[in-house]
Amino acid sequence: MTDASPTQATKPNTVVKPNPIISFEKITKRFGKTVAVDNVSLQIQEGEFFALLGPSGCGKTTLLRMLAGFETPSEGRILIDGKDIAPLPPNKRPVNMVFQSYAVFPHMKVSENVAYGLKMDGVAGSEIKTRVAEALELVKLDGYGDRMPDQLSGGQRQRVALARALVKRPRVLLLDEPLSALDAKLRDQMRSELTSLQEKVGITFIMVTHDQDEALAIATRCAVMNRGVLTQVATPADLYEFPNSRFVADFVGSVNMFEGVLEKDEPNEAQVRCAEIAAPVYLDHGVTGARGSTVWVALRPEKIEMHKRGEGSEAPKMEDAPAGANVVPGTIRDIVYLGSETIFEIELEGGRRVKTFRSNLTRYDQEDFTWDEPVWLAWHACSPAVLLS
Amino acid sequence: MASPFKREKPGPLEYMRQWPLRLIVGSTLVFLYLPLITLMVFSFNDSRRNIVWQGFTFKYYEKALTNDSLIQAFVNSLTIAFFCTIISVILGALAAVMLWRFRFPGKTAVEGSMALPIVVPEICMGVAMLVFFARVFPWPTGLPWPLNLGAITIAHISFAFPFVATVVRARLSSFNRELEEAAKDLGASEWRTFWDVLVPHMKPGLIAGALLAFTLSLDDFVITFFTAGPDTVTFPVKVYSMLRFAVTPEVNAASTILIVVTVVLTAVGLHLQNQNNSKESKA
Amino acid sequence: MEQSWKQAKAAFAAIAVPPVAWLVLFFLVPLAVIWAYTFGENVGPTTIDFTGTFANYARALEPLYLDIFGKSLIIAGLTTLLCLIVGFPVALAIAFAGPKLKSWLLLAIMLPFWTNLLIRTFALIAVLREQGYVNFALEWLWNNASGFMTLIGLQPLGDYEPLTLLYNNTAVVVGLVYVHLPFMVLPLYSALDRMDRSLMEASLDLGAGHMRTIWSVVVPLAAPGIASGILITFIPALGAYLTPDLLGGTDSQMIANVIERQFKRANDWPFGAALSFLLMYLTFIAIAAQAFIQRKAERRG
Repeated sequence: MTDASPTQATKPNTVVKPNPIISFEKITKRFGKTVAVDNVSLQIQEGEFFALLGPSGCGKTTLLRMLAGFETPSEGRILIDGKDIAPLPPNKRPVNMVFQSYAVFPHMKVSENVAYGLKMDGVAGSEIKTRVAEALELVKLDGYGDRMPDQLSGGQRQRVALARALVKRPRVLLLDEPLSALDAKLRDQMRSELTSLQEKVGITFIMVTHDQDEALAIATRCAVMNRGVLTQVATPADLYEFPNSRFVADFVGSVNMFEGVLEKDEPNEAQVRCAEIAAPVYLDHGVTGARGSTVWVALRPEKIEMHKRGEGSEAPKMEDAPAGANVVPGTIRDIVYLGSETIFEIELEGGRRVKTFRSNLTRYDQEDFTWDEPVWLAWHACSPAVLLS
Repeated sequence: MASPFKREKPGPLEYMRQWPLRLIVGSTLVFLYLPLITLMVFSFNDSRRNIVWQGFTFKYYEKALTNDSLIQAFVNSLTIAFFCTIISVILGALAAVMLWRFRFPGKTAVEGSMALPIVVPEICMGVAMLVFFARVFPWPTGLPWPLNLGAITIAHISFAFPFVATVVRARLSSFNRELEEAAKDLGASEWRTFWDVLVPHMKPGLIAGALLAFTLSLDDFVITFFTAGPDTVTFPVKVYSMLRFAVTPEVNAASTILIVVTVVLTAVGLHLQNQNNSKESKA
Repeated sequence: MEQSWKQAKAAFAAIAVPPVAWLVLFFLVPLAVIWAYTFGENVGPTTIDFTGTFANYARALEPLYLDIFGKSLIIAGLTTLLCLIVGFPVALAIAFAGPKLKSWLLLAIMLPFWTNLLIRTFALIAVLREQGYVNFALEWLWNNASGFMTLIGLQPLGDYEPLTLLYNNTAVVVGLVYVHLPFMVLPLYSALDRMDRSLMEASLDLGAGHMRTIWSVVVPLAAPGIASGILITFIPALGAYLTPDLLGGTDSQMIANVIERQFKRANDWPFGAALSFLLMYLTFIAIAAQAFIQRKAERRG
């Protein structure tokens, strides 16, 4: 999709800089008849913490493995620092990988694991020793050099894998689902450690993940893939707030999606009529779609306000929208209390259910609303994202 | 743009797509099959000297098939293999269930002796059987066919059933004991549980074991050589004596028949196993 | 979990008695009889006294027989080594082939294993003998080369002398490799197939070449599989009877042939029994060595 005049509906991607460290040029990969990666072009800049995000089987891991040299592209080129790496076998490429299973050699001590890559490069023995010690310190495993991998926990093994790859000072570090095998607590800890580690070593990191929380939390920029196709490349915030398609809006975070017809599209206002929403959806920006065309309105649950709707009460007025727009009546049908917040499922007139979050600001907030209570739902004119595909 | 029909460069671990390994695999297969294939091809060769191709003939098949002693040996072999298979499968399955299911004193000793027939050199077992049937447990001579094959059959069962036990036990180790508990929970008796749950799970192991026992018996030369008498000759023993005498095209023909029989049996066995596997993966 | 036999005595008896009784009566008793014979003496043409003598073992350790044991060990060792050298790359290639090709290749390796040993040996004879197809092919090449020499004006090569490919020690080793190769390939294949591929990829990723990766990652991790492949090839090769009998010459006798002669021709059963038990002890030593390696590998991994 090319945006001749980018609007606020779909923010432009991060500015393309002249010298990317990695450049995928029209990469296609077929396995037999299935197309795993379909004509992907992507640039990654030096120093980024880049995430390849998508559901399983979307081709993200294949893309990473082509970069590492374990798969050969069917078509297209991959450049590192402007040089085509097709002729280089995996062991000659300036990238190193942290495998999903960590792939720590079970028959070697921790220090031998970390030293392995340096030995292959013919680094002198004394230098190997100091660099291994440094690397183990970097991942907070100093003192573990003489252990065997089976004496380590999963998290520690991952640190060995990290140290083993980083000690080679690669141009790019590749991480395949780095946090998927860790338990929830450890995962949170490792997230922040990965970020600080990357800041410390200053190496470009590329991570593959199916977990959107993980990508949003760690990455400086994400590429969303679906069925081998690159759908959107953006910063985490842009991905969440300005998705360019239903797939991205739905995959990243939670969303209420409505199909509608574009009624009005001016440079600084637009209106969509959805069959499932009683009120028109008003926006304070244009969406550059054809009038009368089918569009989708994506409304994040936390962007929907909920007000009490007593007998004969007036609909709340949204000051940034014309009267009657962006406000609908509904009834609470389900309440899920999560501690920090509560999820409400509200049935609109016509039967469509809508999700909304409410933060529990005090210890009594969760008692404010109850089952089958009539409510008003309202949202700001800048909150919905209108998607053309 | 590159043509989609262009062969891609092999990935680093696709060893089978790298020519040195292809060469090794190819020459290994030639090494394994060339002698067998030439043997089979030249069994149709119309030449006594069996060297240069002289034209197609079934002559030697006719000769082999009218050679009464050869036919008798072949029938003997199949009969022995048949009985050996049945008894070995029963004994092997029982042994496997015993070792898998129960804890009992002397289990390690039983397990160890059960493995002995698999590892003891054939020649040692052959001479042990020779002495056993000559001195300790003389098999009566002059019994009517097929009872006269008893000694050979017993010897074959002794080395075949531990193989069956190993195969079946490997299969049993993948059994989910909760299935058994579920059957009992639903009201099945011990015996019903055994038949309805355990035996169906063992089936692929039993088929594989039966196939193994049959081929082991059909294939055996050394142990039979020591237990066979003049009127209880099996096919391999007969071929051996023919070979000692002269390499004739008749032997080629007879061997080809046996190879075809084995290949067909293997194919049937594999097919049965595949059927079972696909049934299981569908479930 | 496992049930104590006491909890179901009747069922246990019904299940355990047939196989155990068979094993004792038709396997352990014959072995025990042979073992008793090793301490016996021939006193008449068919009578043997159990005198408790060690003379049979002493005779087996005379240089003549020690030589044969040594030779058998060397031939079996050489066979195993050749099988390993050929079998490892074959197993590697199969383990990393596509799923369809893989099952065909496995079948191709296993099929000869299902074919009668005697027939395979016979087929090898037909190919290797002086009037065999290998010599035929060589003769054809020789004559063509000879013709070519005449064509370019050189002396012809003379008559082709067929190579003696049979009835010597080389033929025995070739025959044993031919027969035992599947034994080596299958355990190697299953060890390599089970291996975590990402370990090999990690090694490549860290800068090691293919040979380096195979040597420092694949071989140590596949060690138990390699050890069992070696064992499963070595044991039957050591006790081989048919191959040296049919393919060997007068000086390629292995232990099994000597044992056979004691029982069928020399009629010296006690001595043959002693030789059998020595062969069995050698086998057990090999098994113990393999178990030791296996345990060491298990403790490590």
